[in-house]
Amino acid sequence: MYRYDEFDHKLVAERARQFRRQVKRRLSGELTEHQFKPLRLMNGLYMQLHAYMLRVNVPYGSLSSRQLRKFAHIARAYDRDFGHFTTRQNIQFNWIKLEEVPDILEELAEVEVTAIQSSGNCVRNITSDHYAGRARDELADPRVYCELLRQYTILNPEFSYLPRKFKIALTGSPRDRAAVALHDIGLRMHRNEAGEIGFEVLVGGGQGRTPFIAHTIREWLAPEHLLSYVESILRVYNMYGRRDNMHKARIKIIVNQMGIDRYRELVEADWERIKDSVLKVPQAEVERINAYFAPPEYECLADIPDELNDVRARISEFDHWMAANVAEHRVPGYSIVNLSLKAPGLPPGDMTADTMDAVADLADRYSLDEIRVNHRQNLSFVDVRQRDLFTLWKELKLLDLATPNIQSVSDIICCPGLDYCNLANSRSIPVAQDLSRHFVDVDHLALVGDFTINISGCMNACGHHHVGNIGILGVNKRGKEYFQLTLGGSSDENASLGDRLGRALPQDQVPAAVETIVDTYLAVRLDGERFLDTYRRVGIEPFREAVYSPVQARAVA
Amino acid sequence: MQMIIANRLLDGRVVFMDDSGGWVNEIADGSLLVSKQDAAEHLKAAQQAVEGNEVVDPYLIDVSADGGRRRPVQVRERIRAFGPSVGLVPQGQGGA
Repeated sequence: MYRYDEFDHKLVAERARQFRRQVKRRLSGELTEHQFKPLRLMNGLYMQLHAYMLRVNVPYGSLSSRQLRKFAHIARAYDRDFGHFTTRQNIQFNWIKLEEVPDILEELAEVEVTAIQSSGNCVRNITSDHYAGRARDELADPRVYCELLRQYTILNPEFSYLPRKFKIALTGSPRDRAAVALHDIGLRMHRNEAGEIGFEVLVGGGQGRTPFIAHTIREWLAPEHLLSYVESILRVYNMYGRRDNMHKARIKIIVNQMGIDRYRELVEADWERIKDSVLKVPQAEVERINAYFAPPEYECLADIPDELNDVRARISEFDHWMAANVAEHRVPGYSIVNLSLKAPGLPPGDMTADTMDAVADLADRYSLDEIRVNHRQNLSFVDVRQRDLFTLWKELKLLDLATPNIQSVSDIICCPGLDYCNLANSRSIPVAQDLSRHFVDVDHLALVGDFTINISGCMNACGHHHVGNIGILGVNKRGKEYFQLTLGGSSDENASLGDRLGRALPQDQVPAAVETIVDTYLAVRLDGERFLDTYRRVGIEPFREAVYSPVQARAVA
Repeated sequence: MQMIIANRLLDGRVVFMDDSGGWVNEIADGSLLVSKQDAAEHLKAAQQAVEGNEVVDPYLIDVSADGGRRRPVQVRERIRAFGPSVGLVPQGQGGA
């Protein structure tokens, strides 16, 4: 884990003190709400439907057990005993009092966590692959570059008043688990012809009301030029990004209006000027930061497939969990374990303070004190000894965190929706609850296999509906909530946006429609095909017909 | 019928304007506005409460009062008045 140096500590402490003064001025009336709003947003503080909401960064998804315990404490002392993990590797607290926020920020600073730039028109939390540093298919740990970018973009005056918010994601693996093509800047590590590791740079991806898959602006960038190239992209955006219309202000609009070739020309022209300036990353600095991400001292162990298979053969529930929730580790004898925050009927991503404490204890005992947060709103233990898997599974079951459904139909991404969010048009959590209660048969989940369902309560797409294999978008029609389904979306290395299935459905018809789509897929899939493969082969028509045919319409009515 | 809803500045909680121009937590204790003139006058008073740093973002909502129980007409306002429809705390999680 990265540890703050004296500059980080000073900056974060100063910011907390500054916000304390700003809150005081707001409460005394010296600042109006209009004046205060951009200041609170820069510190992650929103006004939602019921109260203030504080969004706290988990930089690139890496969290220590000490930090998770602090979240539990914040939930207990300042909120209503729970927090919500988001699709941007953040945690949100929903019932915050304005006057207590300065105290919370100071408490967070004690464990090197901040809410700085978790909102506002600036560079947001840099996100990454939650398996970073541990995945077997990874070229190198991307977190050193995430941290470099975090340090470079935090409170950088040139990037503090961008036309609109700005999101950056990195992955070090060819298998994209960080949805990098759906970000303002996506960075994908790969080797050039000389075998050197660098980044493919993508730009202009995003969701919201105008979704786009990012374009490649540069095939390969040497890591030493990372900061200068990102600066040039941001500088061109700062110059050309629209400030007159917030719906057209994201970089994706500019890139797609002027074309990626023109955008590239502008970036490269600026970059030529600055690439060999002070922004060239010194190797010594990379090594200094990288030392914080050095792999822990692993025991010399071997993989134990036979022992595990014996248990799996005896206990089918454990077998399902191993198949769905446990991933390969780069070190023999170790595994990555995903904790499902999607037990049937629970709001996706929510976690109680008691559970946070319990997870922190388990991380200490079984995962070298570290927890990862991922964009599908689950947690991971990334350093689990294979010989501990069975014991850990039993512990996780007690906490309701062992539902064997990672990347399956009941592992649903879901925004807070109209139950909490000021922007939402409809609720989303109850739809996720209905679906997770509908798909509880673990044999069926295993049969269906790799399948993502993403739900958003409005066009802003915090629930990633555009890139769900099934996307569900809540809309408001004459005061009633309806749900628009899309099919074929994906956020992986072959990202695609979903296609609209047909007319929006009332909430009570959504589970039957999803079941029909799943059944249609099972009926027409070929051996080894995921839903996405089948969909790309057969197209939308069989699914549309199945959901909207008169017989089906009667069945779901 | 209408009522005035807002967030309290200090803690962000949903509040309703009452007959005395104060702010209360429960919809049942808020002022029910029948005439347009009444609504306009109360909204004006609410704006003064904004300037006085009591509340943020006050506005009028439509309310029905069948059987004596007040209920906002729009889903969004019902959720604001009565809390998240999914309950307050995730249930069932955490044997700890």
